[in-house]
Amino acid sequence: MICSPWKLKRQGILSINRRNADLIMRYNPRRLFPLVDNKLKTKELALQHGIAVPKLLGVVEIYHQIKQLAPFLEKHNDFVIKPAHGSGGSGILVVTGRNGKSFCKAGGDFIDLDHLAHHTSNILSGMYSLGGLKDQAIIEYRVKFDPMFASISYQGVPDIRVIVFKGLPVAAMLRLPTRESEGKANLHQGAMGVGIDIATGQTCGGVYREQFCNIHPDTRESTDNIQIPHWRNILELATKCADTVGLGYLGVDIVLDEELGPLMLELNARPGLNVQIANGAGLLKMLDQVESLDSLPVDINERVALAIGLSQKARLKGDASIESL
Amino acid sequence: MGRNVVRAWVLLLAAVGFSICYYKVSVLGLPLKPQQSTEVWMVQAKLNFQGDGGPAIMELYLPNVIPGYLKLDEDFISGGFGLAVQDEGDNRKAQWAIRRARDLKSLYYRIAVARSEQQGAWQSRPAFPQAPDYPEPYASAIQSVLDEARTTSADVATYTAEILQQLNSPTPNENVELLRNNANSAEQWVKEIINVLKGVRIPARILWGITTSDASSHSQLEPLLQVHNGQKWLTFNPLTSERGIPANFLAWKVGDDTLFHLTGGKLVDATFSVTKSYKEQIDVARSGAEHANSVFTEFSLLALPVQSQNIYRLLLMVPIGALIVVFMRTLVGISTFGTFMPILIALAFRETQLLWGVLLFSMIVAFGLMIRFYLERLMLLLIPRLASILIIVVILMLLISMVSNQLEAERLLSVALFPMVIMAMTIERMSITWEESGARDAILQGLGSLVVAILGYLAMTSEQLMYVMFVFPELLLVILAGCLWVGRYNGYRLLELYRFREMKSIER
Repeated sequence: MICSPWKLKRQGILSINRRNADLIMRYNPRRLFPLVDNKLKTKELALQHGIAVPKLLGVVEIYHQIKQLAPFLEKHNDFVIKPAHGSGGSGILVVTGRNGKSFCKAGGDFIDLDHLAHHTSNILSGMYSLGGLKDQAIIEYRVKFDPMFASISYQGVPDIRVIVFKGLPVAAMLRLPTRESEGKANLHQGAMGVGIDIATGQTCGGVYREQFCNIHPDTRESTDNIQIPHWRNILELATKCADTVGLGYLGVDIVLDEELGPLMLELNARPGLNVQIANGAGLLKMLDQVESLDSLPVDINERVALAIGLSQKARLKGDASIESL
Repeated sequence: MGRNVVRAWVLLLAAVGFSICYYKVSVLGLPLKPQQSTEVWMVQAKLNFQGDGGPAIMELYLPNVIPGYLKLDEDFISGGFGLAVQDEGDNRKAQWAIRRARDLKSLYYRIAVARSEQQGAWQSRPAFPQAPDYPEPYASAIQSVLDEARTTSADVATYTAEILQQLNSPTPNENVELLRNNANSAEQWVKEIINVLKGVRIPARILWGITTSDASSHSQLEPLLQVHNGQKWLTFNPLTSERGIPANFLAWKVGDDTLFHLTGGKLVDATFSVTKSYKEQIDVARSGAEHANSVFTEFSLLALPVQSQNIYRLLLMVPIGALIVVFMRTLVGISTFGTFMPILIALAFRETQLLWGVLLFSMIVAFGLMIRFYLERLMLLLIPRLASILIIVVILMLLISMVSNQLEAERLLSVALFPMVIMAMTIERMSITWEESGARDAILQGLGSLVVAILGYLAMTSEQLMYVMFVFPELLLVILAGCLWVGRYNGYRLLELYRFREMKSIER
């Protein structure tokens, strides 16, 4: 039923207390949190630094602007409306197309403009923001996710979570929406997490509801040995995000667009620990290695290469210890 | 700040706390355990009045004959007033006087008593009262009660008992009903009985006293009935007809005069408070302070006024609750709504008792949640929504009180002791969690809060802990050390061992 603490320690599992005390408190200054908690600010910052993000189509800040939605949306066939301060994927409305006056939602339902306006005003009133504070609604480009994930996700958009520590990508997982998570890619809400080898970009292992799993619970397809395309680009993008925002321990959520390639969706200053179960390996060994390095290269390419090297070394050590048993 | 600095603080605080405690136990000889057998009751009368500017005199009756108790100590706090104490028949009276009484004046009287076998007796011999001319219809009603009692009694004691039996009968006849209608309070009822007894010329009077079974910061004096049988005064409970002075009843004064009398000022308030303390401890603390001239006993909480002592007794338990929250959240990993909300719930449980507390709490939160989900659909702004929930919580509490009053379930009346703002916040937090992370998380966190509150209640109501914290408040430093220590704990939480259970199957 439970795993002994000594075994967890041997495997280098990072605990919540340790994450809070030794990583977030030490490497993530509180004044930088608004940069990642407000998706609009994140996007602006990313654009300034040339980081690829889904294109911002418009922002609704006050109720009055909702009236201008109709002429504004004329120009766009498909788009996403989401709250700037939303958490866990709540309040996101995806429009995939339109039929005359009505809009087609991601699930296949049709809704009219009034419904859309109502949803927008809900966002503004703070219905989806933490603490119910007034919020802004972001209208952005709808990501057309890479069809290679179609067989292993249930509605919603699968994304890739990369953990970046002191500017080095140390762990990654693919987050797949399920029926239970209602299209959201949040593991806490029932999405599936699939481990990704930092060195190769190949999937292996996975977690669903805190348990090992390598078959998508809804589509029943295997999630093992999938080569994530553009892997090097993804690592570089994640590294660049960490440099830009200045947080030492960061979760970067990246989506793969069919045409545009990897796009940064959002950042997380307190990434969870499920990535460890997904990869079947603790984070501590990698974190310790990174912390023991005297100096880190400034160039992003070199740093990604270093991270790949560290990851290979860790894997070899792991394999060696398995053989020695 | 490094881990070592924290470690040093933890060691220092714990060492200081424990050494003061050790000093008090070994050198001053304070006991570590509360000793029930030597309970000392401290009863305090506090009179506040506003002087008119001229001379003022305050007269207060004091306990004189106290059967079942032993007077240990007595003192007056009367800054600037002249004090005279004199006997007045079976009573004793203190008189405070001052030439010029301006602004607010406070007078205190304190008596320390312990239970004992000693039976004091009132010495006065009353004259036989004249039988009054009762007006009709009371005359015939009283006559019929007296006549009926006379046939089944032998002497004053049995006669009185018989009369009381009739007057307190659960199935009263119309004569008794008529007499009962005159009395709206216990005091009036005793006077009514005295009046009836005059009809057969039995001397009777009212005895006032205070109950010392619980510590209380606002006690009331309660009346009993006394009759004289030619040799001595016999005491009866006017409501239950029981004979004798009840246990825990400290006699204060006899007769109809008001308890205190003020001239030259306006009374602001008069409060009576009762506290329990421990004989050895006080004696030791006193002699210890005299001999060793120790700072620790002079700054003891036992030197505070009795009313504040009760407050500190409770206040000192709050850090214990906080420590439990720290342990449960950081070491075990139970999630709760709000950090210290469980402590406040635990404090409310102290008043309602555990079982009823849990029941009432769950009831209000469940009803509140249902209504909160409806409010969600009305799409209210945050602050008005919170206020609405608060009002609904108050309404729910009112409804529960009224229904329970109808059902005569007195325990449920204690619902009023719940901190309603806390309840409203709980409901709000729970519904937000419900929306954002689903029902499972919301219910788990609700249960987590309840579990921590129950643990907090169990710790905070422990007699032993309460005693230790009150006599050795320096242990707060040790609790602080505990919090600091947990503050740098970066190991696994107990529930993480379950969360990462899958890692067990990986060999490495």
